[in-house]
Formats: sequence, C-alpha cells, structure tokens
Amino acid sequence: MIEKYKEWYEARHEYAVQWKKKTGGKVLGYFCTYVPEEILYAAGVLPVRILGSHEPQSVTEPHIFAMFCPFCRDCLAQGLLGRFHYLDGIMISQSCLHLRQAYTSWDLHIPTQFSYYLPMPHHVQSRHAVPFLRAELETFRKRVEDWTGTTIGDADLRRGIQIVDRNRELLRTAYETRKREDVPMSGLEAMYMVVSSQMVDKAEHTQVTEDVVRVLEGRSAGRSGTRRLMILGSENDDVAFVDMVESAGATIVQDDHCTGSRYFWDKVDANGGDPLTQIAERYVRRLPCPTKDWPARRRIERIVQFAKEWDVAGAIIIQQKFCDPHEIDIPAIRKALESAEVKVLFLELDVTVPVGQFKIRVEAFLEMFAGDDLF
Amino acid sequence: MAERYRTEPLKLWNKAKELRLKFYENYAKAHERGGIRWAGGAWTLDALPRGLGEDVWSLTSEPYSASIAFNKAMSLRCLEASERAGFARDLCSYMRNYWGGIILNEYAFPEFSKTWPEPDFIFQDHICCSHAKWYQVVKDLEGEIPMFCVDVATGPAIECENGDFRYIPIPGHAVEYVVGQCLDAIEWMEKVTGRRFQDELLRKAIFNHFRSTSTWASICELQRTVPAPLDEKSMYSLYVHGTLGKASQWCADFYEELLGEVKDRVARGIAAVPTERVRVMSDTQPPWAFLKVFRYLEEFGCVSVGSLYTFGLIGQWEIKADGSWGARTIPASVDAIPEGREAMLAEYVRYELNKPEWQHFYHPKLKSAMMVKIARDWKLDGVMLHYNRGCEGLTVGIAENRLELQKAGYPVMIFEGNMGDEREFDEPRTKARIDAFMETLGLKREFATP
Repeated sequence: MIEKYKEWYEARHEYAVQWKKKTGGKVLGYFCTYVPEEILYAAGVLPVRILGSHEPQSVTEPHIFAMFCPFCRDCLAQGLLGRFHYLDGIMISQSCLHLRQAYTSWDLHIPTQFSYYLPMPHHVQSRHAVPFLRAELETFRKRVEDWTGTTIGDADLRRGIQIVDRNRELLRTAYETRKREDVPMSGLEAMYMVVSSQMVDKAEHTQVTEDVVRVLEGRSAGRSGTRRLMILGSENDDVAFVDMVESAGATIVQDDHCTGSRYFWDKVDANGGDPLTQIAERYVRRLPCPTKDWPARRRIERIVQFAKEWDVAGAIIIQQKFCDPHEIDIPAIRKALESAEVKVLFLELDVTVPVGQFKIRVEAFLEMFAGDDLF
Repeated sequence: MAERYRTEPLKLWNKAKELRLKFYENYAKAHERGGIRWAGGAWTLDALPRGLGEDVWSLTSEPYSASIAFNKAMSLRCLEASERAGFARDLCSYMRNYWGGIILNEYAFPEFSKTWPEPDFIFQDHICCSHAKWYQVVKDLEGEIPMFCVDVATGPAIECENGDFRYIPIPGHAVEYVVGQCLDAIEWMEKVTGRRFQDELLRKAIFNHFRSTSTWASICELQRTVPAPLDEKSMYSLYVHGTLGKASQWCADFYEELLGEVKDRVARGIAAVPTERVRVMSDTQPPWAFLKVFRYLEEFGCVSVGSLYTFGLIGQWEIKADGSWGARTIPASVDAIPEGREAMLAEYVRYELNKPEWQHFYHPKLKSAMMVKIARDWKLDGVMLHYNRGCEGLTVGIAENRLELQKAGYPVMIFEGNMGDEREFDEPRTKARIDAFMETLGLKREFATP
C-alpha cells in the first residue's frame, strides 16, 4: 500500500479530475503551506498544492524575471501549460516574494472563479500575530462561504481541523519510525507520502496512512549499512534527486522542507475553544519558513534537534537557486550543524537537476564518512 | 540643434550634500556626544526611536549601502568579504555591501570614523523577505545587539479595476497589529537603552514624518511640468534625505525649502535638461556605480522625470477630487495629531501603510496601475525598467509591469543590472540598448559633448 503514494504523486491531475467527478466539489490550488487547509476542508473544498513538473519550459520568461527561483517559474509554467485546468480557484498565503509571483501571474493570466491572497503575518514571534491572523481567517472564511455557497460554522471548522490533524498525526508517527536503526521506509517513500498528502483528499490519504503506519512497525526498507542523512532547505519534491542520493549509499531519515516535516509537524490541537483562533495559533507557531523565522532563529534549533534524535551523520542543504530566505540562513545552519558534528553538503537545485554531477558530489560526501570509519 | 529651455543649478544642491554628510557624521560621533546609535532600514517607522531623545542617531541600511556601492573599490572589498563569509552572490547587494563593511570593520565615511560604528540597537521594518533577515546576520556578525523588527506586510491599501486604482480603508485589525508591535517596541527600547520614552517627541516626529513624505510628493507632482524642473539623477540626491530621516525636523524643513525652489523653477520655466524632447521614467534602484547612464540620455534630449521608485519610496500620495494623484493631505499642525501613545501611533500607521512602494509586494497589477497613471499624467513617451538583480523586493512583478505598460501603449526598454554590485552591470551593452531605444523614440544623439 505504500506504493499508493507514488501513484498519487504521479497521477495528481487525474486524481483531482476524478475527485471532482465523484464529489461534485470544488478544487483549489494553493502555492504555500501556510494556506489554512482546515477551512477549505470545512467547506468541502479539496486543496491541492501547485508544484512544478521538473521539466524545462519556455513559457514563464515574459512573466517572471529570471533571477527569481526556478520553483516559482516551474509552478507558473504548470498553469500556463494548462495542466491544472480543473482548478476552481487558487490562493496563496503570504510567504516569500518568489512564489508570490507565480500566484500573481497565474491570477493575471489564467481565469479562475476564485483567487485569494491571505496576508499571513511574518512576525510570527510577536504576540500580536495570532489576533491579526484570526481576523484575516474570519475574512477568508466569509469569502469561501460566498464562493462555495455554503456556511462554515464552528462545527465545520472543527471537522476540518480533525481531518487535517489526523493526517498530520499519522505522518509524524511514520516519521518517528525512521529513528530506528533499521529504517522501515526510504527517504523517497517518505517524500512520496508527504507530497501526496498535499495532493489528495486527506480522508483518503489518512485511510491509507493508518495501514502504512501499522505495516511500518514490522517493516525494513532493507537499507542497513547506508549512511543516515537528513535533507533540508527550500521546497523540494525532486524525487529523481532523492532517488539518486539514496542509490549512492545513503538513506534520508529526516528533513526540514515544506514538502516534508515543516508541512505537518505541528498540529492545531483543538480543545473546544474558538476554532479560528486555534487555527491561527497553529500557523503562527508551526515550524517556520525562513521568511518568518525572526528575530530568533527557531528553525535551526529544530534542525539540530532532528539531526540528533534521528541520529544523522550528515545533512544535505538544498537550495532552490536564487532563494534568498534560505540562502541567508545557510551559513548559520552550516555552523550549527557542524558544531553538532553533522557534516554538511550544499547543493543548489534548478528546475532540472544535473544528476550525474550531483551524484559525484554526493558520492564524494559519503566517502568522507568512510574516511572517518578508517581513522 | 539649439537648447530649448533655460537651465540653472539648484540653489539648494550644496545644502542637500551637507545634510547628507551631517547625517553620517552624527551617527558616527553619537557616542562622543553621549548619544545613542541605532540601525534600521529606510522604511523603518523611525519616528519611534526619536521618542528616546533628541540625541538619538540612526544609520539607515539601504542608502548607506548605496553609498558603499557608489564607491566601487570599497564595494568590491565588501562584496568579496561577504562571499568569503559564505553568503551567496545573488543575495540582495545592499545587504552584502553592508555585511562586508562590518566584516572589514570599515565605515563608508572614513572622515567621520576609521572603523565600523556599531549600533546600540537595531530597529527594522519587514515587508521584503530580506528585511529582518538582514539584521539577523548583523547580529551574527556583531554579537548580541538587541534587535526588534516590525512586520508591516498587512495587505494592500489600494485596489484597481480596469487599470484605474483607488485607495481602500486599512482594516482595523491591520492597524492594531502594527500598532501593537510598535507599543511593544517602545517598551523594548526603554529597556535596552535605559531611557524614558517621551510621547511628545514621538508626536513631533510623526508630524515631521507627515511633512517630509507629503512635501516630497508635492515636489514630485511638479515633475509633470514640461520642461521638467528636475531630472531623476538629481532626484536621487534629494529623495535620499527622506530615506535617512523622514521623521526628522531637518528633513521636513529641507523638503519645504526645496519645494519652494522647485516651484520657482517651474514658474520661471527652468529645465533640468535644457534639451528636453522626450520624457521617460525608470523603475527600481539604479545601478549606483553607473548613474552616468542618465547623463547619456541627455545626449539624446531625453530626460527621466522620475519613477514610482523616486516618487513613492518615501512620498505619500492620494487621489484628489479631480482624479489626479497628488501629495497626501496631512494634519495642519502637530496639535492636530491625537494625544495618547496608542492613538498617535494608529494615525501614523494608518498613514504609512498607504506607501506606494509597499503595494506591489501584494500584486504587480497595483504597481502597474500607478505606473500607467504616472506615464499618462506626467506626459511620458516611454519607460526604462531596470531589471535589478540586486533587489528582489523592488523587482518583484517587474515583468508583469512591463507587459501592462506596453498594453497601455508605452514603449518599454529593459536593462539588466544590479544596484549594488557593479560586476553585474554591463555598461556598453546598456548604452547599446539605450541607443536602440532612443531610435525608436525618434531621437538622435545630437547633444553629445564632442
């Protein structure tokens, strides 16, 4: 059943089209994991994350200046090429400038029923962030109600929270199993698991993941003797890259990506209070994207904690070319990891990855550990 | 061909230069005078630290970094020092120049300080991804300097339909969010400086802020005149005061004096460029080490009359009853600003969130609408867009702005460069592009100095 994730990842568009046929519901494409999916589930809308296809393209040049990251251009290309033709709406929650351009150009050039920019606060370490976001979520709730013709009551919101939280809980449980010496799932399988949860109905994904978590108890991915690594940095759903790293003799056991742990690690934990406040609290307190990780760097503490608890020998820092928020943090992350005796390899991703060249670098990185073993 | 218009130098030119230098001297020598030094961005809500006393001096990061960029030799040393410290070459070039100066322990104004004058605290705003992150690195480089940042990215203050734009009310919760952060910042400043905050000084600073930003917009309004009384290259040396100390008395007074002089130039038909035939605007920060490209335009009889950048980085605007875009109306006197810390901050924040250069962070269509308005009302013949590799914040959406300006009927030339990293600016190639663009506008290089 673990193969189901890959199937969903590869057939994401077909899945969404079928879902619409089956349910008659609306599908909304979102650009950033700060989008409050709970409210969309409460309204019966299927949120699907807009990701790239990792193919060279020539359609975004007139719309996005080439010094912006390849990820945002790849995302916009999917829209301009008509691959998300089934979307009823799009939205972004304020995050980085790069991805914002994919959203705004999509908004300008691809007609959709519903388009929404949610001003997610940046100063998430301020005590004023939750009340501000709560007010924004109230406005958003009304806009979704107008769009879908439904009423989203508190009970609906609690149901939305429950749907998303249950999925988060299971993904985290699956990640916990990767602490084992004999890891039950590869990094590639974990990536398919998390990214597919951004593409399919969470209820369905949860059903499969309940079974997967049970299976993981007694499963071995057959990767004993490989180097335990973590990957971290900008958005990354490059399965070819992850596959290459693992084929070189490593196993990725943990990550810090918005297509990985940053997406699901923190729950809402509804406790009967005001659900919009609880949702706001979750997005303000979640593991932050670097754009919102200030004045203190909370993310680095978590990265080092992950490295220790998942017992990693090395970390690959992956950065989408031109991604400033991540780039700024890299020297500090490198320093923190090296102080924790975690070796670091830095790689810069583009829409497509030069697998051959990167493989040489990854192999050289892994050889450094072999040197440690000898001496 | 003969010159069409009379020209003469600005009478306030030397004063403008003196004020700018005084700013950097005051910052460097603040400690000698028992004062406080703080650092923050040009958009920082700088009325707040002024509540700590009259002897509190700031260094605003962007214009300071532009000063480094203008000094090619120092800039190269700074950029390379940042790169050696592990920072990527494609990061904001202002940041890299600034960090490099700290690493090298150099001040861009050695006549005032031989070494980098470390600030006592950091007070920054955040709307661009790099703003607060910039100073996180400063903290890494300099040790534990207290730092406070205010998020001002609360959503757009204008909306547009069919190319026209209008201001919309700022939601109450957005004002409360920013004011709440400001109130916390004041308490924090008292703690880190040991000084008592004076609301009356804050009130005065807010009023000065209103005066500076509205008066600068009034000056820019006069650029509608043919011939333009100022050219954009000169405006860079004049708008800078707003980026240094928009909430200061000296800045507000200077802009009022400057407005008088520019009005006088308009009344007497004094041109910035006596050969003016064609009018254009630019966009984003220029390549500071190559401002001479603006002089090159003059050899064709072309004047850049400004840009949304020079008009709206500091200037505050509103739609007037006749539909024109003009300087924002401000309270008649400091007494018209509400008393009480929270109330005066609310007035300040509500005003400042309307800043034109904050709107494109939400959608390029908002910037396009303002640019098309400038192109129409300032009687422009074309647009030169600087695809600035050094600043993501101001180039975000620029490709969409280009398409929209073209749709509105304006010829657009783009040139790629970098405001603060001269290694990324190709002067001959840019001039070749200008040659071709001028030709499309029907101009020949007939005013070149032999």
